[in-house]
Amino acid sequence: MLKNNKHSYGWISIGIHWLMAIAIIYMFGLGLYMVELTYYDAWYRGSLDLHKSLGMVLLALLLFRRIWQALNTTPNALTAAKWQQVSATIMHHGLYMIMLFLMVSGYLISTADGRAIIVFDLIHIPALPWSINHQEDIAGDIHALLAWLLISMVVLHAFAAIKHHFIDKDRSLVRMLKVDTSH
Amino acid sequence: MKKLLLSTTIAAASLFSSFSYAADYNIDKEGTHAFINFKIQHLGYSWLTGRFNDFDGKFSYDQTQAADSKINVVIQTASIDSNHAQRDKHLRSKEFLNVKQYPTATFTSSQYQANDDNSGTLTGEFTLHGVTKTISFPVEKIGEGSDPWGGHRAGFSGTTKLKLADYGIDYNLGPASTHVELELHIEGVRQ
Repeated sequence: MLKNNKHSYGWISIGIHWLMAIAIIYMFGLGLYMVELTYYDAWYRGSLDLHKSLGMVLLALLLFRRIWQALNTTPNALTAAKWQQVSATIMHHGLYMIMLFLMVSGYLISTADGRAIIVFDLIHIPALPWSINHQEDIAGDIHALLAWLLISMVVLHAFAAIKHHFIDKDRSLVRMLKVDTSH
Repeated sequence: MKKLLLSTTIAAASLFSSFSYAADYNIDKEGTHAFINFKIQHLGYSWLTGRFNDFDGKFSYDQTQAADSKINVVIQTASIDSNHAQRDKHLRSKEFLNVKQYPTATFTSSQYQANDDNSGTLTGEFTLHGVTKTISFPVEKIGEGSDPWGGHRAGFSGTTKLKLADYGIDYNLGPASTHVELELHIEGVRQ
């Protein structure tokens, strides 16, 4: 089952969730690590190229994910508590929004002087035709701030999933791990 | 009549005396006829060049009293431009210029020793990255005279070489890249 239904997420939603989860956590670590590398480290340039390439792939995945969600059913909420439904929705939309701003701010650093981003030596993503003064510095500060914000939200999101699994004993975590075809 | 003669004499005297002091010039920032460039070796294989886009200053100069020459230049360090935004971002960071903490670099001359009419050695205090050092470097007068728009201009060039570690900039760029050469090309408009 590739698509979602009222009871279960489909494999595409599940796959893209975990793919992005792993990539985003890796990107956070990579980002912190690469800025500490010095000029004579062999991976000084390569780490940045990888970070930019993965960032653009993540942006494409995020856009695809939102389109896929729009075309698909969202499984019913597992909890009856209104406040939980509302806070889950706020968290999910917050995650999407911060991810988008984070990726766009990264793009704006790399393209501040009109250079394209080259994704894995294959695709050139051109710069915008305009830029602002000191764009690389401003976008850089925002990028670092949003990275910490996103990873904090990811931790909160993960704790919520664990809480639902072990304390509420509902299927929130399980249904993001496998497709349920029993309905 | 006597009074008029007196005031004329005073006016003439003051006019004369103003010529006997060095003339004041403002660096032509508006028309950008002034450049502060730098160059540093990349790995020992090539030269990397760049410039500071935003700086301002004044100088005093009179050919007949060259020893009284003075100059003061203030560079906005955040305006560093090596034609690569990500490199410039790195150069502005704490690892290099730390422009948030040290937004300006300044040079204030203390002495000018003329070799001849068109060259000499300039000595003064240079402050970069919060460190002030006395430096001396050769300068050359390129030319002086009236411009086509009713003003009077004079232009100079000077080059100096700095050891980055002397100014507390100790990021390891390799053994060939410990020093940076600074070139100053300025044109001033007489006030």
